[in-house]
Amino acid sequence: MLEVVNLTARYGRAQILNGVTLTLAQHEVVALLGRNGAGKTTTMKCIMGLVEKKAGEIRYDGRSLMKLPPHMICRVGLGYVPEERRIFPDLTVEENLEVGRRPPRADAPEWTEDHLFELFPNLAERRRNLGKQLSGGEQQMLTIARTLMGNPRAVLLDEPSEGIAPVIVEQMAKVITELKNEGLSVLLSEQNLHFARAVSDRAIIIEKGALRFEGSFAELDDRPEISQQYLAV
Amino acid sequence: MGFYFAQLLTGLANASSLFLIACGLSIIFGVTRIVNFAHGSFYMVGAYLAYTLVTTLPAGIFGFWFSVIAAALIVGVVGLIIEVTILRRIYHAPELFQLVATFGVVLIFQDGVLAIWGAEDLLGPRAPGLDRAVRIMGEPIPEYDLALILIGPLVLAGIWLLFHRTRWGVLVRAATQDRDMVDALGVNQAWLFSGVFVLGAALAGLGGALQIPREAASLQMDLSVIGEAFVVVVIGGMGSVAGAFVAAVLISVLNAFAILIFPQISIVLPFVVMAVVLIVRPYGLFGKPGSEHGGAAEPEQPLRLMSSQGAMVLAALVFALALSPAVVSEFSSILLVDVMVATLFAVSLHFMMGLGGMVSFGHAAYFGVGAYAAAMTVSFLGFGMLPAMAAGPLAAAAAALFFGWFCVRLSGVYLAMLTLAAAQILWGVVFQWQDVTGGDDGILGVWPPEWASDDRVFFYVAFVACIGGIWLLRRVAHAPFGYGLRGIRDSELRAEALGMDVKLHQWMGFALAGAFAGLAGAVFAFSKGSVFPDALSIAQSVDGLMMVLLGGIHALAGPIFGAGVFVLIEDWVSRLDYWRFIFGAIILVVVLLAPDGVAGGVERLLRVLGLRRGDAA
Amino acid sequence: MMSVLEVRGLSKSFGGVEAVADVSFGLARGEFLALIGPNGAGKTTCFNMLNGYLGPDRGSVKLNGQELVGMRPRRIVRMGVGRTFQITLTFLSMTVRENVQMALIAHHRRLYDLWSRAAQMFVPEADALLDLVSMREQAGRPCSELAYGDLKRLELAIALAHEPVLLLMDEPTAGMAPSERVALMELTAGIVQERGVSVLFTEHDMDVVFAHAHRILVLNRGRLIAEGTGTEIRENALVQEVYLGGGTVFAREGDDA
Repeated sequence: MLEVVNLTARYGRAQILNGVTLTLAQHEVVALLGRNGAGKTTTMKCIMGLVEKKAGEIRYDGRSLMKLPPHMICRVGLGYVPEERRIFPDLTVEENLEVGRRPPRADAPEWTEDHLFELFPNLAERRRNLGKQLSGGEQQMLTIARTLMGNPRAVLLDEPSEGIAPVIVEQMAKVITELKNEGLSVLLSEQNLHFARAVSDRAIIIEKGALRFEGSFAELDDRPEISQQYLAV
Repeated sequence: MGFYFAQLLTGLANASSLFLIACGLSIIFGVTRIVNFAHGSFYMVGAYLAYTLVTTLPAGIFGFWFSVIAAALIVGVVGLIIEVTILRRIYHAPELFQLVATFGVVLIFQDGVLAIWGAEDLLGPRAPGLDRAVRIMGEPIPEYDLALILIGPLVLAGIWLLFHRTRWGVLVRAATQDRDMVDALGVNQAWLFSGVFVLGAALAGLGGALQIPREAASLQMDLSVIGEAFVVVVIGGMGSVAGAFVAAVLISVLNAFAILIFPQISIVLPFVVMAVVLIVRPYGLFGKPGSEHGGAAEPEQPLRLMSSQGAMVLAALVFALALSPAVVSEFSSILLVDVMVATLFAVSLHFMMGLGGMVSFGHAAYFGVGAYAAAMTVSFLGFGMLPAMAAGPLAAAAAALFFGWFCVRLSGVYLAMLTLAAAQILWGVVFQWQDVTGGDDGILGVWPPEWASDDRVFFYVAFVACIGGIWLLRRVAHAPFGYGLRGIRDSELRAEALGMDVKLHQWMGFALAGAFAGLAGAVFAFSKGSVFPDALSIAQSVDGLMMVLLGGIHALAGPIFGAGVFVLIEDWVSRLDYWRFIFGAIILVVVLLAPDGVAGGVERLLRVLGLRRGDAA
Repeated sequence: MMSVLEVRGLSKSFGGVEAVADVSFGLARGEFLALIGPNGAGKTTCFNMLNGYLGPDRGSVKLNGQELVGMRPRRIVRMGVGRTFQITLTFLSMTVRENVQMALIAHHRRLYDLWSRAAQMFVPEADALLDLVSMREQAGRPCSELAYGDLKRLELAIALAHEPVLLLMDEPTAGMAPSERVALMELTAGIVQERGVSVLFTEHDMDVVFAHAHRILVLNRGRLIAEGTGTEIRENALVQEVYLGGGTVFAREGDDA
């Protein structure tokens, strides 16, 4: 469904993609692994059109996304949950959701506010609170819920477990599984291997902006040198 | 008691119009981050359109209010055209580009209005049904004032509902907080921005249209209202509608009472209030720290010392300039003095803006203070030209030290706004303080002494002062002090980690730039033989900005080319009818087509020709 | 042995939450000390108090016996405390050499010189520092063109221009490739030994920490929970639980807070 071929990009001076290639099939959860600065966030921003791309190809259902602005990329059915939890701090929870709302689409599950409040009960209690009054975990839930309001077919989740209490991370794992059951595809960038392993079907490892490994977690376990080289601390 | 109450009501009625224009400006800034100088033009066009409609349509209550609303809507459409054709292309440009581009629009509108409605002031009829006065506590209050007092809060409530009860409003508020995220959630920013701009323009048009029964529509109303509107927006907090309302009421009511005590204060008061508010709350009453900057500029290339060939070419040019009085006509030699004065002014502005990263919307203040100080040294103290030429930069440096202390505490657009406020305060003082400055009549008879009275001799006086000043500033740019300013601009945190006193360094840079602007002003005073308040005006400040922009902000040589080109264009264009229109169009062409300026192009050419050193390695 | 840096009872709260609580440690001359811990453990807050960017609620920071608490950041720099940033900060509009020259100019208090040509000042000294970090060949290049790893080395040269007695390095190898990390830390360790500079650094890469740190401090929820050599820290049950993780080679970042 989503294909990234040999993508190169610049982001400031520090992070450069040197040919990232990956695919995301329907109903699949793929973990994008790698260290800090390996290029995970840049890859996601590139796919969403938020970073200037230099070369390569990004295709969605065979259609090139390379020249599209972010809002058009969103409209083809790609949802994006950024890493810094970019909620709108002075908007209420309900208003944050409203910004994400898009018309339902035939090829993707439809989400309503009520349905989302079932999935995220904490948010339901705080629907009239401002974004900035939420805790870190609640804000993370809100960014996911906000993206789901756009009824996407696939979601790009950038480091959802970063800086979040373990109990919320567990809840997050449940949510991702739920999304998969609903028929969504998820591309998940993670540093927390345990969490990634619990929810993903496949792993992709990038380092210095290029692909280093692609395969199942079982395959990854069979090759400890890979994780030691690109993930280990 | 009744009198004071009446005064309060007058203040509140004045607040309504001010709120309408300021809230439009604030909304536009909040979403697009553009400081829209042309907002005053929307106000002016609104007033003229309303005049035409009211006097053309059949008189009556319906006719009047229909005209007012139609005028606002037409201004909204005009705003849409401007947004789509011009502003949409410069949303990611540095704030200087945006400011100058919108000022280009101001010039085009000034001549457009002149062409359509003529130069005469047009006072509209009284509003039908509201043309009498009612007595409140014994004082006559115009009914129309009472209507205005109601309209302000009504519009505020309407905007509040729009922003909190409609999807569009929620999107606008979201975009004010995080534009890119809104984009990534599937909202087309372009249309959102256009919508916001139309709303803001229509509100300004409404503000103008509502004024016609109280105040004649005139060609000056654009710039006279924009300064005050800026102040209201900054005091309220940029992007905050409620803040704009509170600030408009605060300013208007304070003003209504202050003029009872000190009638001359009305021009200065808003700016004083703004300075006080910004010192206590740097982001205004309801504002929040946020991205107060425009788009990021490309990383600049390092300064290079000139190669020997380059130095020779430059020396030859300076030498040719020095010999020019012998060859060129007297008229050209006067024009060359203008060029040199403008160049020094532009170089001093570039020094603080290009090197120091402190964008000033009010650099003319120090030019004007220098000019007035020189003129007053001659006309009051009876000293000669040379002491006067020393007094100019000294007084300008003192003024820059005073205002700079406040300004360097802020950054980005807020700093720029405060420089504008400082300039308006000084302009107001000069304009009002008739006994000392001559007010509108200026100071006349500031001529060079006998020995320098010949235009050719004075040329050399100006040559020494201006070329010397430019050379000194370039020397400082290449010295540790100038490098330090650039370093602070590049990374304040790094500069601090090197043990630099960042604020002190910027303050000194501000003062130095002010002093050299003052020197330019002093030479200017003697070259014209007189000084008028225009020397401190917004237009003069914008002239400086345009010179820097024309030359390209990244090159040290930029302001030199820019000033030369600017004065020559001005000299040629200002002889034509509708020169403002042509000038505005030139500005827009430069901003949209040659973003690195004329000198940027020349610099590239020089590098290609090998007159400039490549990488030292 | 006399400590270069003596930190006693350092504490700081933000809105009732203790970010750093009663942290005490010493740093000897020439020592390479690592400060590790999960995200949000208080490492940055700690650093900012040592730098003078934050005033502690309680506690003292003494450099060679002199109290630093209450001094402005730039004063602390002048006392001999240098720093490098997690995300490199250099003057992008200047060349590599000019960046080092600026540091030397600031160090020699020539910042308010309006006359000399900055680009011609302290050239031999700047080049010597660039030699030290093997950046001499790139001296004339604009800083904006440098690769990330080179910027990190340049930052080191800039920090050394002040002849610091203490160097605070905030995640010095963040964003670098593994091979680059090792090289940078070896370079730093060599310079430290040669010049007798003491270094306090934070780091997420445990390879770097265990390979180079003489001693390690572990911070969790604002408190020091362990202190010792690499082996001692690796075997500390509490550190394993909150930071290093249970037996696997992964630091489970983000599992706390």
